[in-house]
Amino acid sequence: MAEEKLVESLIYAKPESLYPVGTHYCPGCTHGVAHRLIAEVIDELGVREETIGVAPVGCAVFAYNYFNMDFAEAAHGRAPAMATGIKRVSPDKIVFTYQGDGDLASIGMAEIIHAAARGENITVIFINNANYGMTGGQMAPTTLPGQKTTSSPLGRDVEMHGFPIRVAELLSQLDGAVYVVRRSLHSVANIRKAKKAIRQAFEVQQQGLGFSMVELLSSCPINWGLPPVEALQWIEDHMLPAYPLGDYKVHPAIAKKPTR
Amino acid sequence: MAKGRIVVDESLCKGCELCTTVCPKDLIAMDKGRFTPKGYHPAELVDPEEACTGCAICALICPEAAISIYRWVPAAKAVGVAS
Repeated sequence: MAEEKLVESLIYAKPESLYPVGTHYCPGCTHGVAHRLIAEVIDELGVREETIGVAPVGCAVFAYNYFNMDFAEAAHGRAPAMATGIKRVSPDKIVFTYQGDGDLASIGMAEIIHAAARGENITVIFINNANYGMTGGQMAPTTLPGQKTTSSPLGRDVEMHGFPIRVAELLSQLDGAVYVVRRSLHSVANIRKAKKAIRQAFEVQQQGLGFSMVELLSSCPINWGLPPVEALQWIEDHMLPAYPLGDYKVHPAIAKKPTR
Repeated sequence: MAKGRIVVDESLCKGCELCTTVCPKDLIAMDKGRFTPKGYHPAELVDPEEACTGCAICALICPEAAISIYRWVPAAKAVGVAS
């Protein structure tokens, strides 16, 4: 059999939807993975020129420096409200928000619930890392019972601090939400599933079905006090039992093509 | 001959070591003898037996999108994915 001529082909490089710059995220932080998945999906859908993102307050406050597309910066927790305005003025654009748990589940809880209840045709990417990363690892609404943070040094005491909020389950109860799922970024297989879910969420918006949200369990190695590799294991050991992965609401129009 | 290779952009790599844990052939190691411009030990491909297949799993977990993947393919199938 004749030798087939082989050529070296570049099969993967940083997505076009990300600027070729370094990020300010800590080493091993899965914010970077989430950014890359969103950028890859936008590249694959070919909608970079039509996409407007809304950055939160939190670690991802500088997301507009990394995403190579139009971006707006919202006041703390108000990204869904700003995205609502942008989407209603420019319904032909793809509008997404990128929010952490301190932003979305605490100060922005009213905005996210009402945006979902109104069925705003936007996509929300929700990063759940069980603490306030940017300000130094304080207790967030998603902090696990017993988890030590800088503002709960003895561990979260549910008698005093209450229980964590499961956002995906909460929003799935609202009629306006049509695609609400939880994925994790702690392993290669889960990263692949997360990307499929993000793509599905953007396609839901393209089809005009309504509100879509992807919750991503994410690591915070520095504030958890763990090396990056052990932080991913911590997600699997501690966050997965408290925040089960799954599809909490899938619109019947897309339910025939499960993403898991 | 290796089926593929990776290129780590050392201006982006932060030495988090996640890629070293997922390589199916355990070909990625941190170069403890060098520092990147940011001051981290960079990840590098250590592939003396040319076993890398260009599977891109390391690129999938890299939080900095610092890894580019090259693969040797038949000329007819070669497509320029990126510049």
